[in-house]
Amino acid sequence: MIVSEATQTAELTRSGTPLSGGGAGDPTSETVPAPGLPRLLEGVPAQGAMSLDRHLETHGELPTAKRRDRRGASALIDQIEQAGLGGRGGANFPMARKMRTVASGRGKPIVVVNATEGEPASLKDRTLLETLPHLVLDGAALAARAIGAEEAILCVCESAGAGYERAARAIAEREQLPGHWPRIALTAAPEGYVVGQESALVNHLNGGPATPTFTPPMPFERGVRRRPTLVNNAETLAHVALIARHGARWFRELGLEDQPGSTLVTLSGPLAYPGVYEVEFGASLSSLVEAAGGTSTRVRAALFGGYAGTWVDGGALSRLALSSAHLAPYGASLGAGVVLLLSEEACPVAETARVTRWLAGQSAGQCGPCVHGLDALAGTLEQIALGGQGRRGTERVERLAALVSRRGACAHPDGAVRFAMSAMEVFANELADHARHGRCEACARPSELPLPARPRPATAV
Amino acid sequence: MCAELLPERITLDEWGYPIVDDRPLSPELVSHAQRAALACPTFALLVERERRRA
Repeated sequence: MIVSEATQTAELTRSGTPLSGGGAGDPTSETVPAPGLPRLLEGVPAQGAMSLDRHLETHGELPTAKRRDRRGASALIDQIEQAGLGGRGGANFPMARKMRTVASGRGKPIVVVNATEGEPASLKDRTLLETLPHLVLDGAALAARAIGAEEAILCVCESAGAGYERAARAIAEREQLPGHWPRIALTAAPEGYVVGQESALVNHLNGGPATPTFTPPMPFERGVRRRPTLVNNAETLAHVALIARHGARWFRELGLEDQPGSTLVTLSGPLAYPGVYEVEFGASLSSLVEAAGGTSTRVRAALFGGYAGTWVDGGALSRLALSSAHLAPYGASLGAGVVLLLSEEACPVAETARVTRWLAGQSAGQCGPCVHGLDALAGTLEQIALGGQGRRGTERVERLAALVSRRGACAHPDGAVRFAMSAMEVFANELADHARHGRCEACARPSELPLPARPRPATAV
Repeated sequence: MCAELLPERITLDEWGYPIVDDRPLSPELVSHAQRAALACPTFALLVERERRRA
């Protein structure tokens, strides 16, 4: 077994989304974790957040002896490089390279912890903040010290609720820790799919709207208050907290040579225990599904990487493993660790149209091709779902996709197009059925793919 | 506007937003491209000198 689960499932699910699926129990009693797992989720409390004392008991003291020592600081970056830690916000960018770039920039650097998690099918960063905030804060403190920053800003989204409160309490708890710690400020960013993009977050922290900006300059060159800014996903920093304690070799004991370590995965769908799991890279999807209590219906397809991601046909799932290399042949990636199973009972055409409509509504509204193109894309998919479009509908989707791709300031239109086009490919049969016969019986079923209860545009411009 | 000044390289999509062909310009098109860039009310167009690759 290669998995271990965060157990506060009922608490962690977003209200009003189909993700909750009723209060899940505690499956860990039946689950034997892999040797070496859990790491991040070690001792995850069944209720509330792990206290600072408990955290230090579980993981040991934070290595602080060398905190004033520049060599000690850059030694951590070397360790992270040897560990091969990739960013867990979706891009898997080498963490050490990002840290070096920021450290060598002009001006006092600043650390931003990105826990906004605008992806509706992802719960892992929220889980970390709600249950293990000190792991994230350790990582923020260590990263700040390593790059010579004196402050860090922890960003959650406005709907974070418990995550915000528990992070605030954890920050207050840390004031008792000895030694100099970077000041950690906590702030809530508006809700929205594009808010979590680095440039949008930096724009927001600079007092502007939380919308992406044209880059360059990239945040690592000139970000918050025009300083070099290290924007990191919350989970990435949690891994830093453990690498600093146990070293690079320990980190590499799990996972693959070219993608080492463990990662958090939000698994949802027709499962007994959907939720956040920690797996090693290269673990099979079947073992993860098994740890989640198995599926209650047949699975039509799996979406990897969330709503900017890629569908993989259900027939291929038994062979799949969770790593970049294993998913690449399917054009898929784990993104921020999102795996969403769609049951055979759902209508994939209706689901695709509904999510694409939501994605269109999440446009920051800055670039014409995104505003008009995604709206037209969603409209066309809705018409296809209603039927009577024939080949015209499919051709229009393809034309719109080409028209929208790479024409925005940010990655949002490209992600939406990737999602819709991969649905066109994997659900080609269902699309053809809809083109001929219109709505199917499954169209009337409650939708499976989770969306926020109150869809809101990214900004109030 | 830009599409009228440089129709060789700029077309408009169905909503009126420019689709720019960003291959290097031939010398006779450069002045037209510069006029198109100047005419853009949002400074969204930029004529760049081709960088020499090392």
